[in-house]
Amino acid sequence: MELCDRSAHEIYQLLREKKISALEVWESSQKRIEAVDGRPGVIEPGEITGADLNTVHAFITPTPERARQQAQQVDEKLNKGEDPGLLAGVPFTTKDIFSVKNTLSTAASKILANYSAPYTATAVERLENQGAVMMGKVNLDEFTYGSSNESSAFQPSTRNPWNTERVPGGSSGGSAASVAAGEAALSLGTDTAGSIRQPAAFCGVVGVKPTYGRVSRYGLIAFASSLDCPGPVARNVTDAAIMLQSMAGPDRRDSTAAAVDVPDYLNNLQKSIKGLRIGLSPDYFRITYMNEDGELMQRDVSDEIRHSVYHAADILRDLGAEIVEDVPMPNTRYGIPAYFVISRVEAASNLHRYDGVKYGYRTHTSNVDLQTLYRKSRNEGFGLQPKLRILMGMYVSAAQYSEQYYVRALKVRSKIRSDFDTAFDPLGPYRLNALLTPTTPSTAFPMGDVYGDSVLMQYADQFTVPANHAGIPGLSLPAGLAADGLPLGVQLLGPDFSEDILFRLGKAFEDGSTGEDWRQVKPAVLRNL
Amino acid sequence: MSDEISVDVFNHLVTLAALELDEKQAAYLRRELNQQLKAIHELAAIPLEADVTVAAHGVPYTKTTSPQLREDEWIPFPNPAEILAQAPQVEESHIVVPDIPHQKLD
Repeated sequence: MELCDRSAHEIYQLLREKKISALEVWESSQKRIEAVDGRPGVIEPGEITGADLNTVHAFITPTPERARQQAQQVDEKLNKGEDPGLLAGVPFTTKDIFSVKNTLSTAASKILANYSAPYTATAVERLENQGAVMMGKVNLDEFTYGSSNESSAFQPSTRNPWNTERVPGGSSGGSAASVAAGEAALSLGTDTAGSIRQPAAFCGVVGVKPTYGRVSRYGLIAFASSLDCPGPVARNVTDAAIMLQSMAGPDRRDSTAAAVDVPDYLNNLQKSIKGLRIGLSPDYFRITYMNEDGELMQRDVSDEIRHSVYHAADILRDLGAEIVEDVPMPNTRYGIPAYFVISRVEAASNLHRYDGVKYGYRTHTSNVDLQTLYRKSRNEGFGLQPKLRILMGMYVSAAQYSEQYYVRALKVRSKIRSDFDTAFDPLGPYRLNALLTPTTPSTAFPMGDVYGDSVLMQYADQFTVPANHAGIPGLSLPAGLAADGLPLGVQLLGPDFSEDILFRLGKAFEDGSTGEDWRQVKPAVLRNL
Repeated sequence: MSDEISVDVFNHLVTLAALELDEKQAAYLRRELNQQLKAIHELAAIPLEADVTVAAHGVPYTKTTSPQLREDEWIPFPNPAEILAQAPQVEESHIVVPDIPHQKLD
């Protein structure tokens, strides 16, 4: 096994035992990037070639020299007998929505294509303080607005390592793809409606949406400030737990970072799951979709998606968990409509700062007045998806429509939250420790199949978005391969700040399914290396 | 059924949003806005009891989980030149903007 395919905790152990060096790990990851990634995304990509169609394109800005220096510093610390940190020498990638000092921080948008951040996001700073080695900034949907990565202004956009004709999911598609392809052991993503969990499911890796406020948003380029959550992408639950351990906790620079102690996730991982109560809800086995007449319809999820969830439940039951069926979550289907309103209002507000004056793109048209400069800079700098969100946000928050749309959506958010409160209430009828659901309504869809249809694309997040409305944590786990050879994901949702319980359940599921055939199958881009 | 966001309403939004769209972009965006509104209209079907409150965020912030209020300390940024370096046009540490159009109010 190549070093770059080792898990973060294995790398940590091997480094401590001085069996390997951090530089060797860096070299291995760098070679993997060169072997599978192809060219990074750029604003003017020219023709997309045949070679482009077979490579991953996770990166916008690789930072090999910066990473090499970080690896060297880890080795120096180890040689001096100093503690190099929990993630010493572990390669990671950062979704290019985080500011990292002296790196381009583009949000995958032309409007920030030339923006070099003058400071570093707290989450990145904490990972690097623990010795993690940042291999570069990875691609995403423009400003995170999408579920396939195709809306990135930096093309070629990321492709799924399991099948490069399929999307990696989004918006943290570069994160999930880079981890699945062994380009890094970990990646830092963000989840606003499922943007960590959905691509994690599509790429066969682990994705964590922490509780809102668990991880600081300082330095995160904002989409929807009441929903955005930075979180880990990893190849297994233990690595995800170490990563969250390293970056969670209060931050004086973010007043929404909760003053809640961070438990020792690692020490809790091996605890028994005996007696933990896991719910299954019929409302998560039905898909909502819009038909050709614009009517919203529902149908059952596919048999293989249903089977993957019940199979995971069987494994957890065999390990001592109690499975509680028929838990009602009646407001699940309203998650996307409410999200269409709330996220757009917040996005429109956050995007007003891009004006061609303070930083970022300015129109090249000369001799224009200020109003024209705003309009031309924003029109030339933003792609279609940011424009769509600005316009919807302004419409549904306008004084004459606000009560009908925005205020109502905020009340629906309360209803969605109350579904979870009832399910998790320790004195209630269900007393769940977690809810087990499919992560996505389908496996990764073909590139180009959905992009452009903003309603269909948004409904890819229908099983993940309720957790964002409620603020609760969610963990997506690889749970098998579908008939099309693509990964299937299942999701565990828990009460506020219960990440430790979700990790325990996730680890138990991993251990309980270790011997299954699908776990031996590699992503397609790794099969001929 | 006519579109909820008509061409006139759409053009008004575009002006408010400080955007400038070509015809193709405008057609796509208006169509998608109206499609999304069809999904949003599902919200109207939900019975909302009088005691349902708006939720600005999902997780409740209590006295124990909210960060403590702290002194409003002024902490200078270590290198303001790095911030100014990101501005498209700067003169002597000032960000330069074009003329602001003046409009006589009636």
